[in-house]
Amino acid sequence: MSIEFIYPEFEVIRNENRCITCRICQQQCANGVHSYNSETKQMVCDESNCVNCQRCVSFCPTRALKIVKSDCSLRENANWPENMMKEIYKQANSGGVLLSSMGNPNPLPVYWDRILINASQVTNPPIDPLREPMETRIYLGKKPEQVHRMADGSLDCELPPQLELSMPVMFSAMSYGSISYNAHKSLALAAKELGILYNTGEGGLHEDFYCYGENTIVQVASGRFGVHEKYLNAGAGIEIKMGQGAKPGIGGHLPGTKIVGDVSRTRMIPEGSDAISPAPHHDIYSIEDLRQLVCSLKEATEYKKPIIVKVAAVHNIAAIASGIARSGADIIAIDGFRGGTGAAPTRIRDNVGIPVELALAAVDQRLRDEGIRNHVSLVAGGSIRSASDVVKAVALGADACYVATAALLALGCHLCRTCQSGKCNWGIATQNPELVERLDPQTGSRRLINLMTAWKHEIKELMGGMGINSIEALRGNRLMLRGIGLNEKELEILGISHAGE
Amino acid sequence: MKVIDAAALDYKTLNEVLRQPEHDYVIEGCCGQRFIGAGMSDRNITVNGISGNALGAYLNNASITVNANAQDAVGDTMNAGKILIHGSAGDAAGYAMRGGKIYVRDHAGYRAGIHMKEYKKKVPIMIIGGCAGSFLGEYQAGGILIVLGLQEDHHPIIGNFPCTGMHGGKLFLRGDCRNLKFPPQVTADIASFEDLQGIMDDLKEYCSDFHYDLKTILSSPFTLVTPNSKNPYKQMYVAN
Repeated sequence: MSIEFIYPEFEVIRNENRCITCRICQQQCANGVHSYNSETKQMVCDESNCVNCQRCVSFCPTRALKIVKSDCSLRENANWPENMMKEIYKQANSGGVLLSSMGNPNPLPVYWDRILINASQVTNPPIDPLREPMETRIYLGKKPEQVHRMADGSLDCELPPQLELSMPVMFSAMSYGSISYNAHKSLALAAKELGILYNTGEGGLHEDFYCYGENTIVQVASGRFGVHEKYLNAGAGIEIKMGQGAKPGIGGHLPGTKIVGDVSRTRMIPEGSDAISPAPHHDIYSIEDLRQLVCSLKEATEYKKPIIVKVAAVHNIAAIASGIARSGADIIAIDGFRGGTGAAPTRIRDNVGIPVELALAAVDQRLRDEGIRNHVSLVAGGSIRSASDVVKAVALGADACYVATAALLALGCHLCRTCQSGKCNWGIATQNPELVERLDPQTGSRRLINLMTAWKHEIKELMGGMGINSIEALRGNRLMLRGIGLNEKELEILGISHAGE
Repeated sequence: MKVIDAAALDYKTLNEVLRQPEHDYVIEGCCGQRFIGAGMSDRNITVNGISGNALGAYLNNASITVNANAQDAVGDTMNAGKILIHGSAGDAAGYAMRGGKIYVRDHAGYRAGIHMKEYKKKVPIMIIGGCAGSFLGEYQAGGILIVLGLQEDHHPIIGNFPCTGMHGGKLFLRGDCRNLKFPPQVTADIASFEDLQGIMDDLKEYCSDFHYDLKTILSSPFTLVTPNSKNPYKQMYVAN
């Protein structure tokens, strides 16, 4: 060992009494932690490769394994927490930019957990969703300012293009390349069954998935991978990716090692070539330029598809959203700083952007103040973790929510946060065929359908409790929310009163 | 052939007319209408007058001839087809084009060929007869960019910062341009006979389209710029 040594983060605890040396752990671990010593006839492990993805633990038939955080720790120091010291060592060893995956894990405020939902008592009775119809269907897109009538007095029912969702949730953008074919298929199958939408991300749409077009949002990012006329017309809507909550100001970069086989074909770039999608669209320097991209996409799809503009939640998000609402976009998606990613520089992920709760409330309020709230629908993402997060987001002003991390958890992800390695033992964030095979799209989609069906029930129960029988009547209904333990400024931005008020 | 008087038409109406099932269109009096031919295929469009931004965006195998200058973002994300500009093109011509041809008789603005890419038989080509502005071929991932510098009016053949982030494709500059300032991740060399053979058919077509003399063009050596790596950022990161 040497000065470069960093003690492994996790320990593999094997109960030798239970271990039957079936070697399943060895087969399941793509990181090569477990191996079999034929001399001692025992399993051995190299915990330095362990990422704590819990795959071996889940598949050990005798429950002989557990993974624990190592207690070999550096001397405690409140100014220099252990992870920060280890990051210094890693950079001193390599000279590299620290690269992490999934959302910001740091203990920054989660406002969802500081917001409480109302329930009716006595005067405005709650509704029992098991007895009475509850409407969770929503439509995303521009809404008319007023009722228009034709010359004969009948209603003009012509609306700009809308996305119909059976519940206010969509699966947010994860590209084919960052996640596997089977993960994409699971999302597509589930979206179709659930009557919601999934999002291709910026890696193009695999030819096998064009049949799920009605439940697909196709994304256009600065690198324009896999973007062509057929692709644009394949989906129900088109999303322009301006930013991502996990890495505002940073673009996409899929390393050449992940550009193999079908990923290469779908992105329409050669195998082994890096897929670089920088943060700036180099033809967009203003709202007018954004308008040009929005309009060119509308022209190419004959005004049949709503256009979503996705931005990261950053300072001045309200002013930015106001600009986007005037750019001709139909929907604005705001991605909070806790959103996930397949890879992002650690410093960006952990320090750039703002919570989606504050961004959403600020944007909804600004658009209302400016009288343009009906010009766009709002979609909030960036760590929506539960049905109650969805309900709170809708009450803060969202038309719908984007979920991705929760969907990945349903597919087996254990948030080990090493997507960037491409060795995902759960078959999600990998292109290794043997690993991809581990995720069965039928099982995956069933689990996603289970999750969303459960959320839908919970959303209805929460709505019923408030005496609200249509999700649209909850949108922006901040009287249904109260803050707990928040200061005045936070309450002011969220536009809610404190609990007890 | 259908003749469209564009004088009183906005871009939306103009494109609606272009989507009719005709094959040949001539737009007269074009004055900055945007998105002409966006996403269209299998038709010939001739534009008399100045076309607006994003001419032929997402073009899918249509042919567009502009008998004047064109504005910004010509052939944005073009997939197949041909765009001929009998004049100069504005900024970001051929942004992320993946197939087809853009031939510009005169000059091109900033960021020509940015994000140009190729895939198997889809190898886009853009030829600029005059000079190209700064940031030429940024993030070029594939395809062929050629700048001929034919209108010699003491302008340098290209502006500053060419080929930043280039990781695929080829850039040909007419003349010995090895002394220009390129980023470290590309190599600039005099193009070999074989290199030039690879673009000869396109140069011939370009010359016949714009009545240039191929011999004059070939009288000068060409510089070929290629990337050293298709993974320019490989060593930048450490897993955390």
